[in-house]
Amino acid sequence: MRGAGMGAKAIRYSPWVMHFNAGACNGCDIEVLAALTPFFDPERLGVKLAPNPRHADVIIVTGALNKKAAERLRRLYDQTPSPKFVIACGACAISGGVFTDSYPVISRADKVVPVDVYVPGCPPRPEAIIYGIKKLLDKLGGHLESSAR
Amino acid sequence: MVIVEIPIGPQHPALHEPIMLKVKTDGEEVVEVAVTTGYNHRGIEKLLEKNSWIRGMYIAGRVCGICNAVHTQTYVQGVEKLMGVEPTPRANYIRTMVMELERIHSHMLICAVMAEIVGFDTLFMLMMRDRERVMYLKELITGSRVHADIHVLGGVKRDVDEVRRARILDELRKIEERLKYYKKVYESDYTLIRRLSEVGRISKSDAIRLSVVGPTLRASGVKSDVRFDDPYAAYSEIPFNVEYRDEGDSWARMMVRLDEALESVNIVRYTVEKLPQGPAVPKTIPRAAKPGEVISRVEAPRGELLYHIVSTGGSNPYRVKIRTPSFLNILNTESTYLGHRLADVPVIFASYDPCISCTERVVVVDEKSGRKAYVSLKELARGG
Repeated sequence: MRGAGMGAKAIRYSPWVMHFNAGACNGCDIEVLAALTPFFDPERLGVKLAPNPRHADVIIVTGALNKKAAERLRRLYDQTPSPKFVIACGACAISGGVFTDSYPVISRADKVVPVDVYVPGCPPRPEAIIYGIKKLLDKLGGHLESSAR
Repeated sequence: MVIVEIPIGPQHPALHEPIMLKVKTDGEEVVEVAVTTGYNHRGIEKLLEKNSWIRGMYIAGRVCGICNAVHTQTYVQGVEKLMGVEPTPRANYIRTMVMELERIHSHMLICAVMAEIVGFDTLFMLMMRDRERVMYLKELITGSRVHADIHVLGGVKRDVDEVRRARILDELRKIEERLKYYKKVYESDYTLIRRLSEVGRISKSDAIRLSVVGPTLRASGVKSDVRFDDPYAAYSEIPFNVEYRDEGDSWARMMVRLDEALESVNIVRYTVEKLPQGPAVPKTIPRAAKPGEVISRVEAPRGELLYHIVSTGGSNPYRVKIRTPSFLNILNTESTYLGHRLADVPVIFASYDPCISCTERVVVVDEKSGRKAYVSLKELARGG
């Protein structure tokens, strides 16, 4: 995993998540939004929504990535300081979903930026999104396990 | 004074969707706003042409995740007309139920987002919490929290049984109670009133001239609702009021939404209580349509949604044209930002309940000359 090391350890207790809609149908976006509210309470894992790419540790990408949004995603990724991780959220960001053969879409987030965790679903449930973030934290060196000891 | 151009978006904390507002300001005052779109174009109309009628239902639903059942309904009721099939009354009631639940959660979402934009984070969190009840009901009826996909040609995919009906009624009671409370908050909270009222005002004549639709139109004193004017699904049998207000500002638009959400609770309750007997799930699904064309209209949470479907026979549509409410509400209202302060721009923008994924219909890319030219939707709409 890229960026793993001392820097990655630094974010494992409190990753700041930025959400970028790269041509999604809003389905994933409202679920990401729902996942970040108290009903599902990701703050128990230290997860917080970052408004700005320069503050973010994790980028959640949703949507089928049309060409214009893909350029933006690349720019946002370059603006995010290392260590940085990407979660591809939803069927569209993973493989294009129903938009696979459409002319304006690139249809895979990993063609534009390196992706660490894939969360499938159309759209994924908020629990699944939090589980995806948790998986990422586990990869960074055991989040809850290490704190429980 | 120097005029400064400030880009808002496509990734911006106040906007949850990729759109860019190029705002020109003179000091704090906004002198020009240009909406730049194209970050969400997915070529859906072309995809619908390439795929069969049945696959089209799922693609139409994925135009927009927030109002997916409404998009599917518009497509399906058009295709049903072309194929000559009629949904059963019970199926119509279940479709109406799902669409109204969608309206409640959509209106709650934008009222929550508006609270977040004006800095009232507690209200945002509370509304999002109570919105989960609606999502739970949607999941109970359709099996999925967001994408309902409950329509099939000639009916619905799942029936609603007695156990579910009791549970829906129970949850609706709680949702109604909370919605009444939020309406009171929006009516009486000093911060919300100061931030929203007299901001982004559209007069009645302007609303008609700019051809805005939905709650934006109704907040300007025009009583227009497709559910009432041109009933579809089960709306002709359901009693309900068309909510409207005369103020025409951002606050009125939010109040119309909250009133409508309360009205939708009554509609869902009516459909659950008066659910007709009989089959809801069709035994066979037609595959081919007769040649012809049809226009189908539905009142989406954001306003009138229109599908124009052309068939030349066979298993695929020849052409599907989608006109979404946000298309009119976002692009025709650039003038309403002028004269307000920069901080009011997100408020006005959110008060139109923008749904960018619905809006992205036309982007022209000139590949021949080797350079991409994004022609603005407005120019295209004028025939440019």
